[in-house]
Amino acid sequence: MHPARKQRLMLVSLVVVLSSAAIGLVAFALRDNINLFYPPADVVAGKAPIDRSIRLGGMVVEGSIERSDTDLDTTFWVTDYEASVAVRYSGILPDLFAEGEGVVVEGMLDKGGALNATQVLAKHDENYMPPEVAAALEGKSGPVQTPQSL
Amino acid sequence: MWTIIHKMGSPPWFFRFSGALVRWLLPLTIALLCVGAFWGLLIAPPDFRQGNSYRIIYIHVPAAVVALAGYYVMAFAGAVSLIWRIKMADVTMRAAAPVGAALTAIALFTGAIWGKPTWGAWWVWDARITSMLLLFFLYLGVVALFEAYENKTAAARACAVLSLIGTVNIPIIYKSVDWWYSLHQPASIKFMGESAIDSSMLYPLLLMIAAFYCLFVVAVLLNMRAEVLWRHRESGWIQQLVERA
Repeated sequence: MHPARKQRLMLVSLVVVLSSAAIGLVAFALRDNINLFYPPADVVAGKAPIDRSIRLGGMVVEGSIERSDTDLDTTFWVTDYEASVAVRYSGILPDLFAEGEGVVVEGMLDKGGALNATQVLAKHDENYMPPEVAAALEGKSGPVQTPQSL
Repeated sequence: MWTIIHKMGSPPWFFRFSGALVRWLLPLTIALLCVGAFWGLLIAPPDFRQGNSYRIIYIHVPAAVVALAGYYVMAFAGAVSLIWRIKMADVTMRAAAPVGAALTAIALFTGAIWGKPTWGAWWVWDARITSMLLLFFLYLGVVALFEAYENKTAAARACAVLSLIGTVNIPIIYKSVDWWYSLHQPASIKFMGESAIDSSMLYPLLLMIAAFYCLFVVAVLLNMRAEVLWRHRESGWIQQLVERA
């Protein structure tokens, strides 16, 4: 290769490597801010601030959803299988909100360690399958219910 | 090998070669898009949790995949332009930028439409979505920077540096869902091991990804042909082409 081109190749490689390293270090330094939410274990351990709004992410504990009969108030527990946090929410929940499914809730922690949520987002996982396959995996028999939403 | 590279650098040769390529690649692209869309939107089964709303995956994922791959095409053309000073590399870089921007916009837009019913929000500032927005601005930045210069050689050099620095964003987008806690789900298609998406839904998705790759190539080639025509509008070989037509 021509020496001038070789030099330019080195320069181009250097630009890519150095800028990657710089941005990599910035991302590493800001890693706590890039995370969208705190897992329940961090909240229980007191790593999340209590005086401002935070996001909490995890799985909705099976059998923990309690809905009010008179209004939209809902309480449920969010877990990462190490620790759990109670959540209170008043409002309409997304379609995919269900027990045993992922969720990201935003709100303020109260003194008792429970979260008063202002927003609840359902976190979808990466699994896609037809209803028949899902039913077969669960070992169910009988007619398959096709989801009717949308 | 070297003769092909030298030929690619020659505008008249490129113009003839790309014309022949587009002539059969364009029908192939349209056929792939039609078959993929028909298979994905009508034949593939609904999802066990999302019902039919998941079908936006057949636009969203191919657009996002090709938007990421297209950035490498643009950055590689930028590197070739910087090192070897080949004019056709400048043309490739400039031609890929708006196509990549359009694909990124499609991915962001379809993601928002899907996010509202599925997550409960149009937009969330999570790592995947924010880094994808950055990609959109990088593409637009290359277009804007190129147009800001009167001297197109200087423009190409500045754009090449910008697009090379931007390459760091591509692995960040790709791995963002694994490195940080995000709302966006991890990848369903896995290069190793079994994919988390059922094969009856995966095959039309792979077909749509192939279709979008072809669409990208066709769109970039057409853009390049327009640019070559404009740059060489005064030269003899274009005059001959016009006279023959």
